[in-house]
Amino acid sequence: MTRLACILLLLPLCLSAAAEERRSGFQDMAPETQAMQQDDTANPGMLWVLEGETLWNAPAGPAGQPCAGCHGSAESAMRGVAARYPAWDEADAAPIDLAGRIQQCRAARQGAPPLPRESEELLALTAYVARQSRGLPITPPEDPRLDPARAEGRALYTERRGQLDLSCAQCHDENAGRRLAGSAIPQAHPTGYPLYRLEWQSLGSLQRRLRGCMTGVRAEPYAYGALEYVAIELYLAQRAAGMTLEAPAVRP
Amino acid sequence: MARVLLNIPRTARKGEVIAIRTLIQHVMETGYRPGADGEVLPRDIIRRFTASFEGEEVFAADLSPAIAANPFLSFTMVASTTGTLVLRWQGDKGFDQTETREIMVTG
Repeated sequence: MTRLACILLLLPLCLSAAAEERRSGFQDMAPETQAMQQDDTANPGMLWVLEGETLWNAPAGPAGQPCAGCHGSAESAMRGVAARYPAWDEADAAPIDLAGRIQQCRAARQGAPPLPRESEELLALTAYVARQSRGLPITPPEDPRLDPARAEGRALYTERRGQLDLSCAQCHDENAGRRLAGSAIPQAHPTGYPLYRLEWQSLGSLQRRLRGCMTGVRAEPYAYGALEYVAIELYLAQRAAGMTLEAPAVRP
Repeated sequence: MARVLLNIPRTARKGEVIAIRTLIQHVMETGYRPGADGEVLPRDIIRRFTASFEGEEVFAADLSPAIAANPFLSFTMVASTTGTLVLRWQGDKGFDQTETREIMVTG
């Protein structure tokens, strides 16, 4: 009985210790880059947020209906939404990420021309929606229908791939915090997407980041929007549950 | 119109040194990179930035191909009188954008 009580007493300590060990890539950036992210007039990601605000209120499709026509003000309607994605999509009976949901809403409800992945418009709308959740904890949905995809994401994350025969976990779990050439290896917590990467000189999605890692180990990347990417996104969101959303973040 | 983020104080005390921070959306294509088809992409950069306060030039910069996309420019000036600050970016492909902000000087 006393042993059980001890374990129960220690459990919260273990959990908080594990939570402290998780680091956002933000914490390992240079102070100058951190300052750039935190100042909305110096964070280049805010250029896309401004563009997204315009698109949110701009009529699209044959009915001339803007996003705001159904959803109203994004400040209230979209607060916390990005923190819950990827989520389960009833229509396709499959998991869907935030950019995919925006694409789907645009095609099915507005009847507007589709926005390709990584297009400026889709990045802008995603950044604008994600901006409304900045500062909120990442809260993946507790939907058991997502569990198979999460398990697949975990399997993909630990699977060796490419000519270099490396898995995501070998860098981002086993060697996180160390350096690969001059760059810090982060812990793979997607806390700020879509984010402005100084290397890209542009805003980009988590799928673009995953694609970069895959070509880096000389593996064949999946096509944008592939279910494999969404599965990895789901798994990464689960790992980062409770961490603060920073979108649009800045990374080196 | 390119998107612009400006951090300019609306008010200042007379004689105060104020910081002007500007960020403008621009690809800053160097003119040296090949595109997907192997052809070199034509240069498309901002060539010159000027800031004028009440018609007098207070800051200017010539930009070159080595400067990153979405250039961030910051400078300081002394607030002498209430007036209008005119910021102008000019570049390749006829790029020309002007932003104006009022600065109120007290005391």
